[in-house]
Amino acid sequence: MDYRNTLTTCIYCGCGCGMYIETMDGQLTGVWPAKTHPISQGRLCIKGWNVTSFVNDPDRLKTPLIRKDGQLVEASWEEALALIAGKLGAIKAESGPDSIGLLTSAKCTNEENYLMNKLARAVIGTNNLDHCARL
Amino acid sequence: MITLIRQAVAERLNELDGVVALRRSSASVAPYLFQKGDDLVGLEIVPKYPVMTLVSRLHKRFPSIRLGVVARGCDERAYIEMAKRNQIDPDRLTLIGIACTAEDAQTCYCPAPYPNQLVIGTPPAPGPTNPLVAQYDAMPLAERRAFWRQQFDKCIKCYGCRNICPECFCEACAMEDKVWVEPGVLGPPFPAFHMIRAMHMASRCVACRECERTCPAHIPLTVLYDLMRRDMEALLGYLPGADISARPPLSVTLEETPLRVHMAH
Repeated sequence: MDYRNTLTTCIYCGCGCGMYIETMDGQLTGVWPAKTHPISQGRLCIKGWNVTSFVNDPDRLKTPLIRKDGQLVEASWEEALALIAGKLGAIKAESGPDSIGLLTSAKCTNEENYLMNKLARAVIGTNNLDHCARL
Repeated sequence: MITLIRQAVAERLNELDGVVALRRSSASVAPYLFQKGDDLVGLEIVPKYPVMTLVSRLHKRFPSIRLGVVARGCDERAYIEMAKRNQIDPDRLTLIGIACTAEDAQTCYCPAPYPNQLVIGTPPAPGPTNPLVAQYDAMPLAERRAFWRQQFDKCIKCYGCRNICPECFCEACAMEDKVWVEPGVLGPPFPAFHMIRAMHMASRCVACRECERTCPAHIPLTVLYDLMRRDMEALLGYLPGADISARPPLSVTLEETPLRVHMAH
């Protein structure tokens, strides 16, 4: 009987509610709101309460998909990233860096968002950067 | 007091498979299953969590384990109602009853801030009745409806009240039934959404106040349930959580337990 509650932060929005993910013998069994968390104080929204529901969902994407001949086909990260880099490079060469925009997310960490900003401004050369909370 | 509780848990762990209580880890406190050999220094009693929910999950998942639980008055009441509905196995559960503080009793408006099977602590006086109940009683009917309309309009349908509740365990929840509650629409149908829960709480609510505490919209849900508890006791002589041998009114006929007063027509 291995019982754990792992303290973590909700992945769904920028509020950053505190929660425990409960596991029994390595299987997800529940979510407890973290009552002493300074932001959420033991409260969650419906997304927080169901934050683990996608983890073992059979429809969950586990690899990148690349559309080939009209069909989405599972691909490796190396292949997917190479394809994206190649296409972005081609678009930039043809239409300029401001023909590209990047959308990031309030649910990412500050560090991840910093890296996205770096990719946009330093690598691609555009200020076209926005995030899901404004979509 | 916490030292005495840790000692009691350590003793029980010699004979039981585990004890459910709260544990501090890093900056926060959560329910935990203490087992033999675990360091009990992290065992805590605040903040209050509905630990019987965890006992129920463990009893269902591990059908032979014998558990202990560090239980407040409301946890014992939850235990009593859960046992009647086969959500826990009382033969495999030992309560380590602890008294709440006088302050807990006040803030929880607790009718009985200590378990009958009290082991550790001094019983404080019961808390006062929630003053909102008296305010509500004084309202004319139209005003009562307006009161709940205003409160329920704040609801974001997080289902937190149901999720946190130790007495909410139906496999199919009427609050998720499309017949009553259209998915993806805010606010929830008035007053059906909250009344479904109130009706289901009628013989179950043990006044632990967890639903109200976890409500992001600050809806005074337990005013509704306190009124239900009051009626259940006055009309049917049933007080959820008080007596493990008392059968829930929904499980008996009116011939077996007639109404104590006749409803005014």
